[in-house]
Order: sequence, then C-alpha cells, then structure tokens
Amino acid sequence: MKLVKAVIKPFKLEEVKEALADIGIEGMTVTEVKGFGRQKGHTEIYRGSEYTVDFLPKVMVEIVVDDADAEKTTEAIVKAAKTGKIGDGKVFIIPVESATRIRTDETGPEAL
Amino acid sequence: MKIKKYLLALLLCSSAFLMTGSLGAQDMPVEEMADAAEAVEPTVDEAALAAAMELALAPARAALAAGDPTAADYIAMVEAQGSGAYAFDFFTTSMLWTVIAAALVFIMHLGFATLESGLTQQKNAVNIMFKNVFIISIGLISYAVIGFNTHYPGDFNGWISFGSFIGDLSGPGMDTFDYGGVGLAMTAYGDFIFQAMFAATAATIVSGAVAERVKLGSFMIFATLLVAIAYPVVGSWHWGGGWLGSLEGGFYDFAGSSVVHAFGGFAALACVMLLGPRAGKYVDGKIKPILGHSMPLATIGVFLLFLGWFGFNGGSVLSANPAGIGLVFTTTALAAAGGALSSILISWVFLKKPDLSMALNGILAGLVGITAGADSMGPAAAMIVGAIAGVIVVFAIIFFDKIKIDDPVGAISVHGVCGIWGTLAVGIFGGGVFMTQLIGTLSVSAAAFIFSIIVFGILKVTIGIRVSPEEEAEGLDIGEHGQEAYPDFANSSR
Repeated sequence: MKLVKAVIKPFKLEEVKEALADIGIEGMTVTEVKGFGRQKGHTEIYRGSEYTVDFLPKVMVEIVVDDADAEKTTEAIVKAAKTGKIGDGKVFIIPVESATRIRTDETGPEAL
Repeated sequence: MKIKKYLLALLLCSSAFLMTGSLGAQDMPVEEMADAAEAVEPTVDEAALAAAMELALAPARAALAAGDPTAADYIAMVEAQGSGAYAFDFFTTSMLWTVIAAALVFIMHLGFATLESGLTQQKNAVNIMFKNVFIISIGLISYAVIGFNTHYPGDFNGWISFGSFIGDLSGPGMDTFDYGGVGLAMTAYGDFIFQAMFAATAATIVSGAVAERVKLGSFMIFATLLVAIAYPVVGSWHWGGGWLGSLEGGFYDFAGSSVVHAFGGFAALACVMLLGPRAGKYVDGKIKPILGHSMPLATIGVFLLFLGWFGFNGGSVLSANPAGIGLVFTTTALAAAGGALSSILISWVFLKKPDLSMALNGILAGLVGITAGADSMGPAAAMIVGAIAGVIVVFAIIFFDKIKIDDPVGAISVHGVCGIWGTLAVGIFGGGVFMTQLIGTLSVSAAAFIFSIIVFGILKVTIGIRVSPEEEAEGLDIGEHGQEAYPDFANSSR
C-alpha cells in the first residue's frame, strides 16, 4: 500500500476531489496547511508598514491506495491541480506498512 | 386628535410669543443677549405671561368643560412648567432630542469596543471588550458621584471645584423650561445623562492605545481616576465656565475636540510612553506590523462611531433649535466624508495601497476635527477641516510609528492630534481667536498628559502597569480573564 500525499492550492481541492472520485478513490483526508516552496511568500501592507507573508495557505490531501493505484492517483491529482503557475504544490508517494479498519478489524488492502 | 389640536394651538401661540419677544434681540451675540435678558428680567410682565398661557390652554380648558378627563392631565402637565409653559412644545421636542442624542453617544462605546478589538489580535479580544464594559459603567457611576458637579460647578475659582453626588435633580426649576431656557432646553436629568455618556469617552480613547499589554487592574484604577477627576476638572475650565472663557475672545470648543478628544489622546500618549511598545513591534530598528484580527469588526465600529457622532455633535446644540441641528448634522457628515476621502488619497499615493484601516482612521479624524466648530462654520469649511484632518492623521500615524510610540488603533493621532487641529480650525474658519484656541487646546492637552504621567507613573512603580512577557505572548484573554473570545472557531495566533 502507498500513501499519496499532495499539497495543492486551496481553490483546486474541489476539482482534485472530483478527479479522484472519477478513478474510483473512495476516501481521503484533507488538512488546511501553510507553507512555502520556491514560490516564497508575498508582501502586504498594514497601516503604512510592509511585511512579508512567508507561509501561504495550502491544502494537504492524503489518500492511501493499493500499490497498483498509486501512479494513477498521482496522475489524476497532478492533472486536476495544475494551473501552470508557480505555487501549484507537490505530490509525494510514501510506503504504508499496514492499514486496519476499526469497525471490522479488517487489515491490509481490504481495509482501504 | 384632541391632543393634536391643543398642541397646534400651543405652537401657534408660543411662536407668536417668541417672535414678539425676540424682535429686539436679533443679530445680538449670545453674551449680549444673555445680558439683555438679565437686564430685562425684573420688568417681565407676569400678567402678559399668564394671559399667554391661558390662551395656550384655552382649547384644553374647553375640552375639560365639555367633560374630557384627559384634558385635565394635559393642563396639569403644562401648568407644571410654570412661567416657561408657553414654550412647552419646544421644550418637549428639545428634551426628546437630548435623550435620543444621549443614546447615540452611548452607541459610540460599542463602536469603540468593536473598532479596538478589530484592530488588535484575537488573543486579546475578551480583554478589550471587558475594558469597554468597565469604562462605560465606571464613567456613568463616577459622573453621578462626583463628575457632574465637578464639571459644572456653577460659581467657582475657574480652575478646580470638586463636586458632590448629583442627588435629586427633579422638582420645580429642574424639570422645566426654567432649567436652561432656549440655550439648554432640557431637564436637569436630561443634562446629566447626556453629559454622563460623554464622560467615559476619554478613558475609552486610552484603552485602545494601551491595548494588548496593559495590566488590567492598573488600567481600571487609572481609568477611574481619569474619568472621575481629571476629565470633569479640565472640562470645567471651558464648559463649566472656568478660566478658558476669560481668554481673549473666549475659548470655543463646541462639542469637545479639545476637552474630550485631545484630552483623551494626550492621556493616551502619556500612558503609551510609560508602557512601551508591544513585544515584537519594533525589531532591529524595523517596524513589524501586528495585524488586527478583524477588519470587518473595525469597520462596524467606525460606522457606529459615525452614527453616534450625530448625537455627540447634534446633541451638543443643547436644544432642538432647527437651525443649529441642521447645520451641525451637515458639517459633521461632510467633515467625516472629507476625512475619509483625503486619507484614502494620501495612503494610496504615499503607502502604495488604499489602506482600509487608514480610511477608517480618516473618517474618525474628520469627525474629531469638526467637533470643535460643527456649529460655527459652513459646509465648505467643514469639508476642508475634515479633509485636512484626514491628511494629518495618516502622517501622524506614520510619525508615531517611526518614533516607536506603539498605538495599535491610532488613538493618539485620531483624537490627540486631530483634536488640536479641530480646535485651531475654529480660529481659522469659525470666527474664533487663533491664539486663544491654541492656548486652550494646549492647556487641555498638557493637563491630560501631566495628570496621566503622574498617575500612571505612580502605578508603574507600585503595582506595575504591564503584563509579563509570557502573558503578552499567550494573550491577555487567557492571562487576565481565563477565557477565549472565539473558542473552537478560528486558528489562534498564539
């Protein structure tokens, strides 16, 4: 099993969710996060003084899938979240040791 | 229907009476009119007055004779006015306007509370609200206990006369037109409640400037002494008939650019100088803005203050004199709009962006600026006074930031600096004597500053005026009150 972890622009969440639903993904966990990459922050002004906002708001989507589906999932996210401009985010694939469905005690891919 | 007829008769009668009475007094300055009235008083024809009253009450007496029981109540109410009964309609309208104006000034305290909390951090919102609740309460109580009679001591040495408890303000001569005549057309209680709503304003101004780091207990002691003693004593110099009136031409401050706003602003300056800036505001010689947590809340506050200011200035006409109220509403609104537009323009040009918080301060600057001369200048002058205040406030805010006077809401610039400007503007546009205005506003400002330096200074060396660095970082809501403004609602900046 793999954990697909994507950091995307917040307004792209709806499109990403629909793209994942289209390829049969049945669950995901979404977190509001802040951060920066090569995009860095931007400057704002408050009462005459400039300041830099380093940490920009992003959304992190986490999905655990079968090994075979990891690539497909990544592709769907990248396609849906792309604007072509700086700050689109990143997708990571991380190995998962085990998964257990709490309600039924099922383990492994059946638990997903 | 019947009561309308009585009122109509009374209105016609009294207007005829007033016209004949005022023919000789036209074009006379107010003081001369007062002198003339005093000189004429012994020769008032009591019989003519009684006849006028009988004429006014004739329809009511006819109705009573016809068996209408309501007429008796009405006759009693008018007769209770004594010799001023001929002006019953004007007096009633004026009194009604006075209490409405008092209620509008009350709403300004909600405006201050929301503006202050909007321009400060979420972790201190409960503390800001708490201070505002305390200030309006202690303001009203202290004004009843000592303030009113200190503020308006009657005959005194012109500098200080400590008052007593207000006591019972009803009864003959207090509840009627005789209390203040045309110039102060309200009952004694009306006079008290309108002035009492003003009293807390000075401490509220300080509250915004010292926000986010002041120790609650010390602030409460300071605010109490400020509104109970310093505000009415300094106010008596002008409104109480004190020494400022004896300056050349007579110092003029209509609704309190100096005696309310500059007073509060310079008390705030003294407190901020003793308190020091918030942690993290000035780092390595650079200004690091500490963002307010809700610009919508701040905007609501400014609109409430704008609304309340119609009562603050409009009520200061002290009667429902149509000419006075119309002019004052117009100049007040135009100055506020002028202040907003000029501060928008200046912040756009000099600070690159049209800053909402500056536009909000611009509205308040215009309002503070026009407060001294709202009844003594025309619409064009009001726009200019407001617009200049809007420019002054932007540069004042930047200036105070440069010299590391940390004022989260801009209270020193809005109330202190623009209060002085508004008072001087009366000497430029409002027919006042410039030097007198200058001496008056500087005296009031200096008195507020010195009082605050001494009292807040004593508090600093005794019980302390500032919360610990840990509490400041954690927020005063948890530190002072043990509660949060928005539990489970939004991300905390802690």
